Amino acid sequence: MVSAAEMLSVAAFLENKHAQAFPSFGSERMGAPVMAFCRIADKEIRLREPVMQPDLLIIQDPTLLHQVDLFSGVPADGYILINSTRSFDALGLGDFCLGLRHERLCTVPASELALKHVGRALPNAALLGGFAALTEVVKLESVFAAIRQKFPEKIAEGNCAAAQAAYDLVLAEKVAAKLGGMVAEQKLAAQNA
Amino acid sequence: MLKQTEGSHAIAECVSLCRPEVICAYPITPQTHIVEGLGEMVKSGELQHCEFINVESEFAAMSVAIGASAAGARSYTATASQGLLFMAEAVYNAAGLGLPIVMTIGNRSIGAPINIWNDHTDSMSMRDAGWIQLYAETNQEAADLHIQAFRLAEELSLPVMVCVDGFILTHAYERLDIPTQAQVDHFLPAFEPRQVLDPAEPVSIGAMVGPDAFMEVRYLAHHRQMRALELIPQLSADFQQGFGRVAGGLIRSYRTEEADTIVIALGSVVGTIKDVIDDMRELGQTIGVVSICSFRPFPSAALHEVLSHVRRVVVIEKSLAVGIGGIVSHDLNMALTGVSGVSGVSGIAIKTYTVVAGLGGRAITKTSLRALFDQVLRDELPPLTFLDLNHEAVTRELEREKSRRRSGPAAENILRDLGAVAAKIG
Repeated sequence: MVSAAEMLSVAAFLENKHAQAFPSFGSERMGAPVMAFCRIADKEIRLREPVMQPDLLIIQDPTLLHQVDLFSGVPADGYILINSTRSFDALGLGDFCLGLRHERLCTVPASELALKHVGRALPNAALLGGFAALTEVVKLESVFAAIRQKFPEKIAEGNCAAAQAAYDLVLAEKVAAKLGGMVAEQKLAAQNA
Repeated sequence: MLKQTEGSHAIAECVSLCRPEVICAYPITPQTHIVEGLGEMVKSGELQHCEFINVESEFAAMSVAIGASAAGARSYTATASQGLLFMAEAVYNAAGLGLPIVMTIGNRSIGAPINIWNDHTDSMSMRDAGWIQLYAETNQEAADLHIQAFRLAEELSLPVMVCVDGFILTHAYERLDIPTQAQVDHFLPAFEPRQVLDPAEPVSIGAMVGPDAFMEVRYLAHHRQMRALELIPQLSADFQQGFGRVAGGLIRSYRTEEADTIVIALGSVVGTIKDVIDDMRELGQTIGVVSICSFRPFPSAALHEVLSHVRRVVVIEKSLAVGIGGIVSHDLNMALTGVSGVSGVSGIAIKTYTVVAGLGGRAITKTSLRALFDQVLRDELPPLTFLDLNHEAVTRELEREKSRRRSGPAAENILRDLGAVAAKIG
């Protein structure tokens, strides 16, 4: 997770943005919940408090969903990306999603994509690919460049492939959600008429 | 070159550009990434003509740095928290002997209770050890201060601590400009020691000094630090000329024009304070912030000048002098009375507020600072405040202690009270 925030900050930097990535410094033990933060801006970032109201939340480990209050501070128009093969409904988040913008909520099987393309279930790169598709805050090419800075060539290429696959999936999901939303709106409009 | 990198790594790169000849390393969170980075550079050959010595403790780290520096080698080490306490005796010796060692402190609290997070208690505990202490506001400044620190140390023959907020800066990835070797070589000449252990020209260093001369030697240490008050701004100006950006200096002011309230702070919290000041200025409130970069020597005259027109001063301190309150505010009050001997400048009384904040890594948020400064502007803040202290939890523990003699360890009681899992075996 810390590496994901770091790579995201590098991707933003490569687009001439200012970015600040830092981990939450919890218990240093395997298996403990870990958070990392990234701020991206067009000017110097001076703020040093933890991110308490994220515009986007990436959940790397969905087993935390019902253990820790992960969503506190996420605004109604926020983005949420979850590493899972299941949908928001299947994850038991159907009710939670009411009132949120559906095209900004996505799940992506990042661990499975990493297993397929990298050989290990390390979902960072795939989640960043998904992030690029979902928010368009950074370009996929910048995510690739950040991955290539971080890893040796062979591992980097696997991670880039995972990021590309996640990007494609999230883009398709986003389009579907938008279409779904439009259909729903049309239905509503027809009813109202 | 501009790059997106970790604060610790940027510090390691800048230290390496200063061509240290001896690096003594003992790991302790949160400075470990710095010496790890330097170790890798020595191993890869990127940093040449440098002995990287893994020592068995912090006490050894400073002792080896003392020996190396006395033998004429440019010497560097880094530590934090209990590590600094463990090397304390040698820290005083390095300064007493006048050896220009540079040491990074990855600022972290001191136990008990054990806590790995950031505050300034560690470096503040060594404020009277005779070292120059510089506090970095950003990672760029942390990197840049190391380049200035070697030159400052060697010109004065005094050791310098560069204090960098642990985790908040050391572990943050940001856009940083790493200078070239040529730039650093131009700014920092080769080390020409004032005293050196040389078999060809034997001297003894560290002789016993009795009552007839000790006062004079100690006075000279003070005198040299007073000279640093002139040298630090000069080096900062030189640095700006060579590197094209501002770093270091004694103090830095932000939006203090016509301010009747000024906030004083050290280190990375100044960034958050600046954001709050901008918000308040937009509403027409006349408030500004002054960051102290050089805490030792204490920039009394510079502060006296910048505070000459204000009504209120709020000192945000990441440390606590148990039994009295503030450390920085105590020094500040001395600076304000220094000239006339009467509190206040030019006969006008200045209200000073001490705010202890961020101990053991407690986040210092914009929201809390804003509420605090609003209270100050209404003249409603008590002289000593603990920012975001959970008074209810404290009261409950005091009740427990009152109700039974064997109330148990306070730290574990508070953890249990708050629902956090206390360290418990079995």
